[in-house]
Amino acid sequence: MPLLQIRGMRVEFPSRRGSVTAVRDVNFELESGEILGIVGESGAGKSTIANAILGLLEPPGIMSRGEVLLDGECIDGLPIELMRKIRGKRIGMIFQDPLTSLNPLQTIEEQLVETIKIHLQFGESEAQKHAISMLEQVGIPDPDIRIKHYPHQFSGGMRQRVVIALSLCANPEVILADEPTTALDVSIQAQILDLMRRLVRETGVGMIIITHDMGVISEICDRVMVMYRGDVVETGPTRKILGNPDHPYTRSLISAVPRADRRMDRFPLVEYIEAAGTPHKPIDVQDHWLGKARNFGGSKNEFLVSVKDLEMRFTTVRSMFKSRRRYLKAVDRVSFDIRPGEVLGLVGESGSGKSTVARLICGIYKPYAGQVVFDGTDLTSLGSRRQINIYRRQMQMIFQDPFSSLNARMRVADIVAEPIRFHRLASSNKEVLAIVDDLLDHVGLGAAAGKKFPHEFSGGQRQRISIARALATRPRFLICDEPTSALDVSIQAQILNLLKDLQEELQLTMLFISHDLPVIRQVCDRVAVMRDGKLVEEAKTEDLFNKPQNEYTAHLLKLMPRLHSHGAK
Amino acid sequence: MRDFLQRFFGGDLWWSFRSSPMVIVAAITTFVMIFSSAFANIVAPYDIFDLTQFNLMDSLKPPVWMERGEVGFLLGTDDQGRDVLSTILYGSRISLLVGFFSVISAMVLGIIIGLIAGYSGGWVDAVLMRIADVQLSFPAILIALLVNGIISGLLPGEAQADLAIYVLIVAISLSFWVQYARTVRSSTMVERTKEYVQAAQVIGLPQPLILLRHILPNVMGPVLVIATIQLALAIITEATLSFLGVGVPPTSPSLGTLIRIGNDYLFSGEWWITVFPGLALVILVLAVNILGDWLRDALNPKLR
Amino acid sequence: MLFFIGRRLYQAALVMLTVALIAFAMFQYVGDPVSNLAGQDTTVAERELLKERLGLNDSVLEQFSRFVINAVQGEFGVSYRMRVPVRDLIAERFPATLELSMMSAFLALLVGIPMGVYTALNRDSWLSRSFMTLSLIGISLPTFLIGIFLILFFGVILQWLPTFGRGEVVDLGWWSTGMLTGSGWRSMIMPAITLAVFQMTLIVRLIRAEMLEVLRTDYIKFARARGLSERSISFSHALKNTLVPVITIIGLQIGSLIAFAIITESVFQWPGMGLLFIQAIGEVDIPIMSAYLLLIGFVFVVINLIVDILYYTIDPRLRVEK
Repeated sequence: MPLLQIRGMRVEFPSRRGSVTAVRDVNFELESGEILGIVGESGAGKSTIANAILGLLEPPGIMSRGEVLLDGECIDGLPIELMRKIRGKRIGMIFQDPLTSLNPLQTIEEQLVETIKIHLQFGESEAQKHAISMLEQVGIPDPDIRIKHYPHQFSGGMRQRVVIALSLCANPEVILADEPTTALDVSIQAQILDLMRRLVRETGVGMIIITHDMGVISEICDRVMVMYRGDVVETGPTRKILGNPDHPYTRSLISAVPRADRRMDRFPLVEYIEAAGTPHKPIDVQDHWLGKARNFGGSKNEFLVSVKDLEMRFTTVRSMFKSRRRYLKAVDRVSFDIRPGEVLGLVGESGSGKSTVARLICGIYKPYAGQVVFDGTDLTSLGSRRQINIYRRQMQMIFQDPFSSLNARMRVADIVAEPIRFHRLASSNKEVLAIVDDLLDHVGLGAAAGKKFPHEFSGGQRQRISIARALATRPRFLICDEPTSALDVSIQAQILNLLKDLQEELQLTMLFISHDLPVIRQVCDRVAVMRDGKLVEEAKTEDLFNKPQNEYTAHLLKLMPRLHSHGAK
Repeated sequence: MRDFLQRFFGGDLWWSFRSSPMVIVAAITTFVMIFSSAFANIVAPYDIFDLTQFNLMDSLKPPVWMERGEVGFLLGTDDQGRDVLSTILYGSRISLLVGFFSVISAMVLGIIIGLIAGYSGGWVDAVLMRIADVQLSFPAILIALLVNGIISGLLPGEAQADLAIYVLIVAISLSFWVQYARTVRSSTMVERTKEYVQAAQVIGLPQPLILLRHILPNVMGPVLVIATIQLALAIITEATLSFLGVGVPPTSPSLGTLIRIGNDYLFSGEWWITVFPGLALVILVLAVNILGDWLRDALNPKLR
Repeated sequence: MLFFIGRRLYQAALVMLTVALIAFAMFQYVGDPVSNLAGQDTTVAERELLKERLGLNDSVLEQFSRFVINAVQGEFGVSYRMRVPVRDLIAERFPATLELSMMSAFLALLVGIPMGVYTALNRDSWLSRSFMTLSLIGISLPTFLIGIFLILFFGVILQWLPTFGRGEVVDLGWWSTGMLTGSGWRSMIMPAITLAVFQMTLIVRLIRAEMLEVLRTDYIKFARARGLSERSISFSHALKNTLVPVITIIGLQIGSLIAFAIITESVFQWPGMGLLFIQAIGEVDIPIMSAYLLLIGFVFVVINLIVDILYYTIDPRLRVEK
């Protein structure tokens, strides 16, 4: 008999516009000691399954059909008192964000001991001992001291270990982990995945990992279930699914994942996913508006953009007295150059200062020290707004979050037209609108998109609007700050293709910032690696990936999830 | 415009309005009260400012359904023989007028200060918010009393009665701006770091333009909700000040003044002079509060 | 901890200084103290003498520092109208206001907190719906109207309760209390309810809103997923986290009761500081006005300080040494 069995599960969210079915006819089984991955893009219904198993669906969601069997016993629809004896005791759950999953006002000990005492009939001192041993088991150093601490005294990775200890402390038979590593940095992610694998081997629990990340699946899962918009499209052993999937959606999904092992020209365009709109029309810079007033190849400088000893500090402790102020050096004497037409990648973990560099270059932040040289002119020495604006116009930026990078109160056409109007790049309003329509067409949205508001578009489409807005000033230099990290992989592939095409056609120079090494490999000519505000290595992309010089770079490369290591292809 | 109407009537706001009878009743009540007091000179049976239309002989008549009541005076008459229904209509006009104007001026003041504090940060922000903090530690009514007292103290005696309404508006708005400033400041601080503002900076837009065109429209949502709730509070504050005798003078009575006048007759049994203006005040404030409450819930996506 | 309190004390001093500045400015620019103190038929020489004696010829800074030093010692000058030291007037009125405010605060918290928690935990029950409707009516009722309606029903029509004054008070030397006599208690009932209603409804709505916010957080979901009992989740997890933001506002609310007492006192002719203040405003009696302002400011600062210390004990995140 399987440990956990789901039969014909259907979850619906009734609303005034009819019922939305989040999960349709889901069947699967989980054995002891097995790790099952549930993978899919946003809106696939993965998390809903976990919540439905534990009876924790957000109202008004209901499981309208199907059964959940734990050890052969039906546990769905149990009265709340009995359900509470299953939650935590027999099925544990791990949440995504360790920063918000712990009660900030209680020590780790209070939270652990309370959970243990409820489920295991332990006395106070016995529960304490058990709590300490749990912390030890999840790899928290000095558990007998750390147990007295509050959550805010732990780092993100350590907090996720505490969350795991809390889910495991009553020795459950099943663990549901909902995106357990998504909020963590790559190096921490690897440690947590290691820990989870070890715990499954040691304790023999069955684990379900819900993720959008094929890398996580390939690292840790024995079997995989692929979901698409509420349906299970395919289930099978990890090796089979990753290497030789049957279903076209799975195939699309896997081909959209950037490959870490070699560079490809373009991502294969995949069917079965969000319609990309009208196909991309090539632009000829010679006679197109975007090419006007640009001296192609005319630059006498070897580098279009140079950054020299750039420094940025944030005040962490304010004080009236200079000696008591504390600073964080977000960017610490960073220098690099970008040739015209080149794509430079900037890589680093969160907090490494890579986004700050981008904001220093385009003038959102003022540098504490150092120079930003654009086409031979030191921008930091320019005084008047008018002088700066000449250069501002030539460099544009594409931001990470498609939901906050567009003003929700403006129509798309006005968003794209704003830079054209402000810099007076067109002679009449009619011309402005014609240019906007053309730009929207080129990024694959179609001119009709202009009349709508941003909230009517999906994340990928919004990123296209952002790109159109950035192109509207006829820039020579484009900064992309994690342009695809908030998107699903299939959408990411489309946006990266679009950026690549535009870069080639418009001969754009680019600074491409990402934490995702496979993406960097696909897009960039050269790569610079940042750590704690410092530049640690800079090299041609292929050289860096093949023989990294710096220890930290090598470490990052090693942690990079290699999806195709299982692959049969 | 058609597009907008379609969006509005198809939207969640309209739906949540339609599906709540209490909110519909409140909206109708508010509308009727605003309308009838705005056109009080047409709607009201008598013009209370016209001395020829009332007579001391008619004073202290009870409502029509009581003994001694007269059909001409539906809700009875006050000590000067004025029809209570008419005084209520004219009184609500003053109450609403003071309420609206103090809310609007408080809102404008608060938005400007909040935007500046939130966007510029640093010592400007620190100073403005310290002032707000100090003021916030005192109840609005006390500030309004003080400002009102100080301005009246500065004005020459004969001007006091004429300018009373303006003084009241200034006093109430000076005691209410903090709410807006703090809300606008904190949303501005959130919006300021959002990427669409950074995109505007990268385009090269100057700060004032970014504030007006990009940030302001995005912080207006909560401001409108506060404004509705503040309207109710402003009406209460005006009534309270007038009741305490430091608001509008009896020559142009507001609801609060009417209640104050009637309060003297409470013990001699002429309850209607107090109770009807009081009920009118409660109904008006309640209706506005229901609308404000609904608006807040409907615009807050987290509560859905 | 010491550093924390020191910082708060410094801020409190800053607030008090601002309030003192306003109070002082009132003295300086509103009305003329000399003509207020001197009679109608004093000579110019006498006026000059009075001006000199009051120190009005000194520099503004000197006058201000003297004002602050006097205020710290409880010396607020002489009432323009009553010709009595303001200190004595306030000392006489203070117990009445404090007893009334504390009684109302007690009522408001005792009823408001459980009601707020209940409505947050049982969002959709008919009882919490009716509580919420009641609270909406509560914030729509101006304090003075509540008082008037209570007087009308219980004082005029039913004649159960006295409608004005404190009843019999017992003089304890430094304090006069109405809490030791039956008539004192009976006189307290209506004013205390009047004053409490608005604060109570605010507390209900505030606690409900904050608690709903907390109930949506991940750690509450995680606590549910661990099978903790609903009781423990509601009270030891959710309520405690709710208290952190709520305490500040409740602190301010209780402080504002003392100021709101102005209205209640004037409806019920309660012989407290509020009544004194409202009469002073009518007569532009600046010494009383400024003393009242300073006193209220002081009460607020003290309450704020207590709130901050409570905060500090509840929230461990404030206790980290940076």
